[in-house]
Amino acid sequence: MSLDTKKVLFGPVVDNNPIALQVLGVCSALAVTSSMANALVMTIAVMLVTAFSNFFISIIRNQIPSSVRIIVQMAIIASLVIVVDQVLKAFSYQLSKELSVFIGLIITNCIVMGRAEAFAMKEKPGVSFLDGIGNGLGYGAVLLVVAFFRELFGFGTFFGIEVLQLTQNGGWYQGNGLLVLPFSSFFIIGLIIWAIRQWKPEQVEKD
Amino acid sequence: MEHYLSIFIKTIFIENMALSFFLGMCTFLAVSKKVSTAIGLGVAVVVVLGLAVPANQIIYQAILAPGALDSLMGITDPKESIDLSFLSFITFIGVIAALVQILEMILDKYFPALYQALGIFLPLITVNCAIFGAVSFMVAKNLTLGESVVYGIGSGVGWMLAIVLMAGLREKMKYSDVPDGLKGLGITFITAGLMAFGFLSFGGISL
Repeated sequence: MSLDTKKVLFGPVVDNNPIALQVLGVCSALAVTSSMANALVMTIAVMLVTAFSNFFISIIRNQIPSSVRIIVQMAIIASLVIVVDQVLKAFSYQLSKELSVFIGLIITNCIVMGRAEAFAMKEKPGVSFLDGIGNGLGYGAVLLVVAFFRELFGFGTFFGIEVLQLTQNGGWYQGNGLLVLPFSSFFIIGLIIWAIRQWKPEQVEKD
Repeated sequence: MEHYLSIFIKTIFIENMALSFFLGMCTFLAVSKKVSTAIGLGVAVVVVLGLAVPANQIIYQAILAPGALDSLMGITDPKESIDLSFLSFITFIGVIAALVQILEMILDKYFPALYQALGIFLPLITVNCAIFGAVSFMVAKNLTLGESVVYGIGSGVGWMLAIVLMAGLREKMKYSDVPDGLKGLGITFITAGLMAFGFLSFGGISL
């Protein structure tokens, strides 16, 4: 794997994270992180949609007139999301019920639009595809870390398997009620951003 | 009348788009540095939501809902009933994009002053997940046309309230001494978390 490919693929995980640095795709990061399983499904869905929308938009990038490009991008993204939604409904109805409107909201997830606009409109299809996968990974990394803390300390489980036995089941661990509530992910993401910026001081914002 | 008023209050405070459902977070975090811009964006969101939710309600009920086209096509056998609801995502996003574009043209022609004030925010709104989210919730809640008008405007006002409050806090925060790594985005996340915590208390109100 050449250096450039590696940079496109793994750069977004820490160096240029879509959530922590580019402020994209925050909406779903907050609402679907109550369990690892939800976060994982969401990550895979976003990764596939971003990768393929980047790929298709990049293929036709020279044919899209710039005045209607947003509508064209939207049409491609929306079609891909419909496919994801239908597949989920067919094979995992329970999960699709739990994620409810958030699968549909991938359409307006700024990661997909943002990468289409910033990367796929300029680069070749192959690289754009990898950029989509990379940004999906960066998004997923944050999502999974948040979900890990919320599920483990909120419900005492990991992917639904009991790790810390809760007091109401006769164990010793008292579940943290705060982490069960969706807005606790604000605090966790805030702390993740702090941690990343301590590690990579060049990301600190100047005012 | 009372029924509509209770929907209005409910969508502003109890089911606040930004702080209870975390929709429109990307713009909420990115464009909340100044109160004046926050108000401009807020007004634009109220207008677009007030138009987009009822418009999509009409289209969904008349064309996309399961069985909606049956009488038009003369289908009586329930087995052959037409269900176009899988097309809803792409239709909604198309309607929203078209609506924003039309609104932009009308404002440009007849209300140049308002257009100057809102100008840059209008195109941004197409990808604001609060709009798409409200439309999806409208379908999930099965609202009537009257209810959807109130729901659209109410959720817009709620979102505007949240972003103006946030901008006010961030303007004050310029004078406080925040640790380097938390500056900017990090502390904004934590502030938003605390605000969501506050809005949680409205959840106890029953209307």
